[in-house]
Amino acid sequence: MKLLKLVPDHTNVDFMRWRNLALMLSIIATVASISYTVYRGLNLGIDFVGGQLVRAEFARPVPIEELRARVDSLGVGEASIQALDKNNRTYQIRLPRPPGPETASNAVVSKVRKLIPQQYPGARIDAGESVSGKVSEELAGDSAKAIAFAMIGIAIYIWFRFEWQFGVGALVTLGHDIAMTLGFFAITQLPVDLNVVAAFLTIVGYSLNDTVVIYDRIRENLRKYRKMSILPLLNLSLNETLARTVVTSLTVLIALGVLMLIGPEVIFGLAIAIFLGVIIGTYSSIYISVPTLVWLGVKPDSFLKSDEKEQAEAQPA
Amino acid sequence: MLEFPRWKVWLIGIVIALGVLLSIPSLIGGTPLAGSWPKWLPQYKISLGLDLAGGSHLLLEADAADAQKQRLQAMEDSVSTELRRDPRIDIGDISTAGGRLSFMVRNPSQVDAAVERMRNLTKPVALTGNRDWDVSVVDSTRVVLTPTASGTAQALKDAMGVARDVVRRRIDPSGTKEITVITEGGNRILVEVPGVEDPEALKRLIGQTARLEFKLVDLSANPQDVQQGRAPPGSQVLPMADGTGFMAVKRRVMVSGDQLTDAKQSFDQDGRPDISITFNTTGARRFARTTQENVNKPFAIILDDKILSAPNINEPILGGRASINGGFTVQSAHDLAVSLASGKLPVKLNFIEERTVSAELGQDSIHKGVIASVVGVVGIIIFMLITYGRFGVYANIALLVNAFLILGIMAMFNATLTLPGIAGFILTIGAAVDANVLINERIREELHRGRRMIDAVETGYHEAFRAIFDANVTHVISAGIMAYFGSGPVRGFAVVLLIGVVTSVFTAVYFTRMLVALWIRRARPRALHI
Repeated sequence: MKLLKLVPDHTNVDFMRWRNLALMLSIIATVASISYTVYRGLNLGIDFVGGQLVRAEFARPVPIEELRARVDSLGVGEASIQALDKNNRTYQIRLPRPPGPETASNAVVSKVRKLIPQQYPGARIDAGESVSGKVSEELAGDSAKAIAFAMIGIAIYIWFRFEWQFGVGALVTLGHDIAMTLGFFAITQLPVDLNVVAAFLTIVGYSLNDTVVIYDRIRENLRKYRKMSILPLLNLSLNETLARTVVTSLTVLIALGVLMLIGPEVIFGLAIAIFLGVIIGTYSSIYISVPTLVWLGVKPDSFLKSDEKEQAEAQPA
Repeated sequence: MLEFPRWKVWLIGIVIALGVLLSIPSLIGGTPLAGSWPKWLPQYKISLGLDLAGGSHLLLEADAADAQKQRLQAMEDSVSTELRRDPRIDIGDISTAGGRLSFMVRNPSQVDAAVERMRNLTKPVALTGNRDWDVSVVDSTRVVLTPTASGTAQALKDAMGVARDVVRRRIDPSGTKEITVITEGGNRILVEVPGVEDPEALKRLIGQTARLEFKLVDLSANPQDVQQGRAPPGSQVLPMADGTGFMAVKRRVMVSGDQLTDAKQSFDQDGRPDISITFNTTGARRFARTTQENVNKPFAIILDDKILSAPNINEPILGGRASINGGFTVQSAHDLAVSLASGKLPVKLNFIEERTVSAELGQDSIHKGVIASVVGVVGIIIFMLITYGRFGVYANIALLVNAFLILGIMAMFNATLTLPGIAGFILTIGAAVDANVLINERIREELHRGRRMIDAVETGYHEAFRAIFDANVTHVISAGIMAYFGSGPVRGFAVVLLIGVVTSVFTAVYFTRMLVALWIRRARPRALHI
């Protein structure tokens, strides 16, 4: 049987040749992504701003305007209603956090839960959520903290295992990946809920996966080819790991693509965020994490101990 | 490389067999096969999160203002009782304004005695050296009791413990359901009830403080003053539960819900739902004495500071039984009876978060999740097979073993599988082959460099392991942080990732290495097709 080779043997792509161009584009994309996110804002789910979410399934198709009018007549704020299927039988109703005490939020869900079976016999409430202002603030704070801690924790680990330049490179790479994924959520206005934060944390772990493999190879080559100058050495390392980078990203994308297309829609946001994060992470592991090493001055002797370094200087080969 | 001692083969085999054995009860659960699993084999099972099993997650928070109010009221009761005992000290103008309890001692020569007796009412707070109330005197005749910070904290802690037990009794009077009721963060209670059909009934049960009090109606009060909220000294104005106005009642409690032994929903002579209650001995005695002394006067039945009704005492009630009317439906009378029988909540609880998923939606998620998992796994298996041939087969066997191990370990620790957990499972499967990809690519590379076959395999496993280890540590960091900060479903995701990282290193590195070694030893191939 002839085996599939997605990447031919002995590739010799000069990745580093385009590093400045890639950097320019990445900086522009990152800045654009962050500014757009700030300008447009994220569609934050009730987990982070409080409010109510009710998901209902009706026995018969129901026109969205009629449902909206009925929910609005409850006087619990302006409802945002979204059909979850094509034949208008499953709806998601989102309501803003009502003014007043912390408990007001919960009472609204009770009202909607009462209204729907009354007005539509045979309808079923599939899910009801209410999050008060206090809880949503805590969840938002915890999520931001978790993402920051994960990024810093991983960067510190890389620093210990490699050199400080690699730690910085990892941090910059992670910042880029998170910024780009945020931009995607700002453009599509897909709701950002706790699951999406879990996806961001996963991206932090997985996007570095590729970077770590490439860094590991750079470290190995730096020790092996001490006389090689840095740019060819980075190119060599990237080419040597290219097949693995492509194959691994593909297996993860197969798994997530399936989850995204036919998996439960409740976790669509999680699936698409990780899917996208893997693609962005593959790019950034090549064009962000590696060029950063050049700018931070990683040299062929970076992994020599200081006495070895002196020796190397004393006896130029 | 080829030396793979027999005991290692056995050890790996046993671990895998255990994983498969432990995961089977979870896999066949809910299918007709479930009954045929032998009883003598392990029965560990993965529990399903509320987002898959359906159910309600409720987060309740103690109402700080109400906690303070109840504490002041309780103190007021004990102060009145204490000072009425011999030698009696007459007091007046008792007030709970400003979060402090204060009263005037009528006879100035008794102020010191009153302070002394108040000091005896206060208790030391464990580990702090403080007492739970400060007692002081202002304007030479007014005694002021101020709650101390440590006293308030201790009271809240005690109240939360009691509240947790009360909530549990209300939801599950028989104590047989698999519900979770735990205190969180000092002033919160997390309630998780699987498979609940109507969360509103649940909320009604928990949402009611159910503080029942019987107090005499103050007939001396001027009706106009009462409607404006002004009560004579020693009395208070309370609203009627049906919203028909206000009524003045004596502050002193005749008898309270604490002295109940039972409460049941029943019907009055006109067939309307009511609640019949039975007092304990103390309660019955107090009720009998007060009703004897106050025949032909009305008394108020008060629930959570609202007057349900104010019937007339036609004759002394001696049997320790009473019934409560208040325009109930059968359902509301039943709910209140359950709440009364389980005891009052020591503090009002507010709902600050609710997440309910119906069993149907949960089932639908499981269904779609299982299909997505199967399709995803098949896709990866085909891909690995056409990319690496024989070594792909080994990676695929490792992948399936990994799936069993993840499920087996989750079952062993009775971990909870949530919907994001299913996503974590699929993701782990997709990423677990990464280790094999790294190894296989490295073997290809070493062969190209001209290493001999066995040497190339050896070097491949050896050199790839460093990167596999470092890459997996990054996953452990992010998943660990997620498990620490995340709640419910997200934590379920993190747990699957964490377990998956560990098992995938075992299956992808050690297990496939064994398969490769055994194959090379047996078949003695001339060349590797990889």
